[in-house]
Amino acid sequence: MSTASRPMARVGKPTGPLLRHRLADRGINARLLLLVPGLVFIVMLFVYPFLYGLTLSFQPMDGGGPFDSYRRFFEDSFQSSTIWKTLKLAIPSALFNVLASVPIAYRLRGKFRGKRFLTTVLVIPITLGTVLTAEGLLNFLGPAGWFNRALMSAGVINEPLPLINNYWGVFFSIVISGFPFAFLLILSYLSGIDPSLERAASTLGADWKERFRRITLPLLAPGLATTFCLTFVLAFSVFPSAILVGDPTNTTRVISIAAYQAAIEQYDWSFASAIAMIMGVIEIAVIGLVQLWRSQFYVGSTGGKGA
Amino acid sequence: MTNASFSELRLESVGRSFGEQEALAGLDLTIRSGEFIALLGPSGCGKSTALNCLAGLLPLTAGSIWMDSRRIDTLPPEKRGFGMVFQNYALFPHLTVRKNIDFGLQMRHLPKADVARRSTEAVRLVHLEEHAGKLPGQLSGGQQQRVAIARAVVLEPSLVLMDEPLSNLDAKLRLEMRTEIRRLHQSLGLTTVYVTHDQEEALSMADRLVVLRAGRVQQIGTPAELHTQPVNWHVADFMGFRNLFPATVVNGGRGVLGDEVVVDVDGLRLVGAAAAPITVGEKAAVGIRPEDLQIIAPNDPGTTAGNVIRAKVSVVEYQGREFAVEVRTATGIRLHLRTPIRLDAGDVVDLRVPAERLLVFPGGNDLPVEEAPLGETASADGRLLREAS
Ligand SMILES: Nc1ncnc2c1ncn2[C@@H]1O[C@H](COP(=O)(O)OP(=O)(O)O)[C@@H](O)[C@H]1O
Ligand SMILES: [Mg+2]
Repeated sequence: MSTASRPMARVGKPTGPLLRHRLADRGINARLLLLVPGLVFIVMLFVYPFLYGLTLSFQPMDGGGPFDSYRRFFEDSFQSSTIWKTLKLAIPSALFNVLASVPIAYRLRGKFRGKRFLTTVLVIPITLGTVLTAEGLLNFLGPAGWFNRALMSAGVINEPLPLINNYWGVFFSIVISGFPFAFLLILSYLSGIDPSLERAASTLGADWKERFRRITLPLLAPGLATTFCLTFVLAFSVFPSAILVGDPTNTTRVISIAAYQAAIEQYDWSFASAIAMIMGVIEIAVIGLVQLWRSQFYVGSTGGKGA
Repeated sequence: MTNASFSELRLESVGRSFGEQEALAGLDLTIRSGEFIALLGPSGCGKSTALNCLAGLLPLTAGSIWMDSRRIDTLPPEKRGFGMVFQNYALFPHLTVRKNIDFGLQMRHLPKADVARRSTEAVRLVHLEEHAGKLPGQLSGGQQQRVAIARAVVLEPSLVLMDEPLSNLDAKLRLEMRTEIRRLHQSLGLTTVYVTHDQEEALSMADRLVVLRAGRVQQIGTPAELHTQPVNWHVADFMGFRNLFPATVVNGGRGVLGDEVVVDVDGLRLVGAAAAPITVGEKAAVGIRPEDLQIIAPNDPGTTAGNVIRAKVSVVEYQGREFAVEVRTATGIRLHLRTPIRLDAGDVVDLRVPAERLLVFPGGNDLPVEEAPLGETASADGRLLREAS
């Protein structure tokens, strides 16, 4: 190596490599500057409003101590019960979305004719938006909807089943918008698992149940955790369908309704901010628990080019 | 679970098509217990297809497979009790080496103590004692390969299937593992079907070889049979007959010369041995191994004895103990030979080949047209023009 031809490359101390090389080894170089626009964007749109809301939540509208807004929320059971109501909707529906997706995606993981068509059809509910879904649900599951009429004319039931304007209406709405999302995610996680692993397991004497339980499921678990978290977060902030197809004054008065009413109907921004903070903490707690569960599993490469 | 050994495994006109395309057709093969069979052929010739059909990973579209008197081609892979080593190893990435090896034993519902004993033994067999607790991702390619082999043989399967198990390893490791697989085969007496595209590997390891081309069997035989008596030029090509060129039969065939035939190569008469029945006037392919071409001194009395080809040296490669030399005849045929004599490009040499080492195969029409190497131009009929220099 000639130093003469490269005047910039000083001979380093004999004790170690150049500082620049040491930094580069940790991924620190001039290209990091490219992150700046993104960081500015995140700070303006996320960090700043978050910190603003956080400070606001410690400044109750009618004076009082910094934690008064929080205390008000937890002391009033009409408000604090929204946490439980929301969790009761979000956790079962997210679980349902994940658990129902797994067997279907498992069956459909290979290549088959019409796979692209199926995935396209499944994306449609996501694009519809909650309002259209709610309208559809009203028509389909309402007291005079097709579903109840069909059951009644078949003589299965005498009175329409109460399927909307209650807990189940919101549940169905969350499933309709969340299931395709969960299904597509899980399908892509599954196709990332090298198909030869299952073939290997079968030559070792494992039937499909053993193959699923001992090979596919453990490799899929991290993907399931991620999918659960995403659908949970979507369900936890459910708002339009809780009003449109739920029972928004009682059983489906979810936490986002509480926040909405505080902010828009009572103009109590401090109280609304406190509720928003509580929402965030609960979401983070649930995600944390799920990640804890996930950490028990192998998270490395699943060895595959996929299907 | 069928771990029972067999005395023979018969494949009867086994075929597999993908839509219109026949990936494998009419495979008839009887595998005797304890045999090491190699399926040999170029990439895409249907080797993996054949192996997957045997393993039960691919349903057949024709034929049947029999284990003695039991038909097995309708059984799912987990019921066949064959071990398989995959080309990409297919180790379970979330299980340690030890647990990968335990897997098959646990599937057989063996008592815990037996599982532990047999997997310890298997780990020792492939020298991985220190790595038993590691995940496959933490091992080198060669070590992963050993795990894959241990995982398959720990069940003492009645048949072990290996799909190009050494193709992802470097040259040195490949040689080592080759010996090791052969050693394992001999010490455990496992019946093995081994897929490879490497003729040297197949010749050195197998008891019998099955040469495939475009989904069809070309020849089945021992390494020696294939080495000395390939039945067509495709097999010859695979068996190291690097010099293959078209010719016309002018004498012999069913004539007085018996097995001996005389061929015409662009005016040059050569005497050879017919590798298959062939008649006068037929187009043929002539095959000569590089090591069977001898350089003779210009005024050697052999010059008049026939089977002498005069050619000019075009490329010399140093290869340790000898030189690999490429020469070209006046009519443009390219020949390869090996010699300890130091030659230079441009030298003119006389080459002789013993008549019994010059094989004449029927059907030289489909010989590949040689491509002109860099720096030379090909004439319209594919023959090479003389070098400008
Ligand atoms: N799943 C498949 N679908 C369609 N064609 C296939 C499939 N698998 C293999 N083939 C075709 O069958 C032929 C033989 O393939 P394969 O047995 O993998 O060859 P080899 O292992 O000898 O390289 C190839 O031409 C390949 O394109
Ligand atoms: Mg292959």
